[in-house]
Amino acid sequence: MISLNEFLILAAMLFGLGIAGIIINRKNIIILLMSLELLLLAVNTNFIAFSYFLKNEVGQVFVFFVLTVAAAEAAIGLAIMVVMYRRQGTIEIERLDTLKG
Amino acid sequence: MQVVHIVFYIFAAMAVVSALVVISVRNPVRSVLALVVTFFSMAGVWMILSAEFLSLILLLVYVGAVMTLFLFVVMMLNANSTGSREGFTRYLPFGILLVLLLVALMIISFGSSFTQLPAPVPPGADYSNVTQLGAVLYTEYAYPFEIAGVLLLAAIVAAISLAHRTPKQRKSQNINEQLRVRREDRVRLVKMPPEKKNDLS
Repeated sequence: MISLNEFLILAAMLFGLGIAGIIINRKNIIILLMSLELLLLAVNTNFIAFSYFLKNEVGQVFVFFVLTVAAAEAAIGLAIMVVMYRRQGTIEIERLDTLKG
Repeated sequence: MQVVHIVFYIFAAMAVVSALVVISVRNPVRSVLALVVTFFSMAGVWMILSAEFLSLILLLVYVGAVMTLFLFVVMMLNANSTGSREGFTRYLPFGILLVLLLVALMIISFGSSFTQLPAPVPPGADYSNVTQLGAVLYTEYAYPFEIAGVLLLAAIVAAISLAHRTPKQRKSQNINEQLRVRREDRVRLVKMPPEKKNDLS
């Protein structure tokens, strides 16, 4: 059987790719959201791997809740993006500077 | 090497390659489609970890709903105005360096501490992941489950109230106008002489 390490390494690679996506695509907000989904996927994979190897279902319950929250986050994030596009005509991060701090 | 090992490596390679495509491709639509491939292969990995329910949920909810939502938004908003890719090459070396360091750190920190963890015996034919998960979810975690439902409801309300706009250009019924209408407004009686019969024969 596949050892736990291999699952963890796969999840670590996906997590790293998600962070790389956030770093190199900081101009494109849609790809930022997708990189966030990649991060959550990697974390969920870790949860499920430990749940399998420790024979404990609670990890899967937690993944269930994480999926719920992530779906809600994606829906609201995309809705905000649509509203922003209607008001400003663009969703470039560079031009979203109406808030002065 | 067992068959399951080969299947795992195929899925893992698919996931990593498509995740790489997600963050590096220029067109956001292709990026979304690559993310679908990533989710699909990770669903396969979860299936190997005998989390069948969550694996199918990932396919149905993520690939079926969330990614479709992403695709709709990406295609609805003009692809040219969704942000340029300038700075991509500027941050690329930094990104690669940071990712290599991070992944190496994680892999080293796993070390050999988890290799001793024995793989569990494969469950019997009467084992059901859904039953196990439900037995925990609906008893011990019933309250968080309800909160998750309320959270989804709040998300629905928020998303609709954000993105909905009142019908302006749309044709819509005006019930008041419809009820106020009288017979004289709509029906006009015309008096005209009877037609003469044509003598065709």
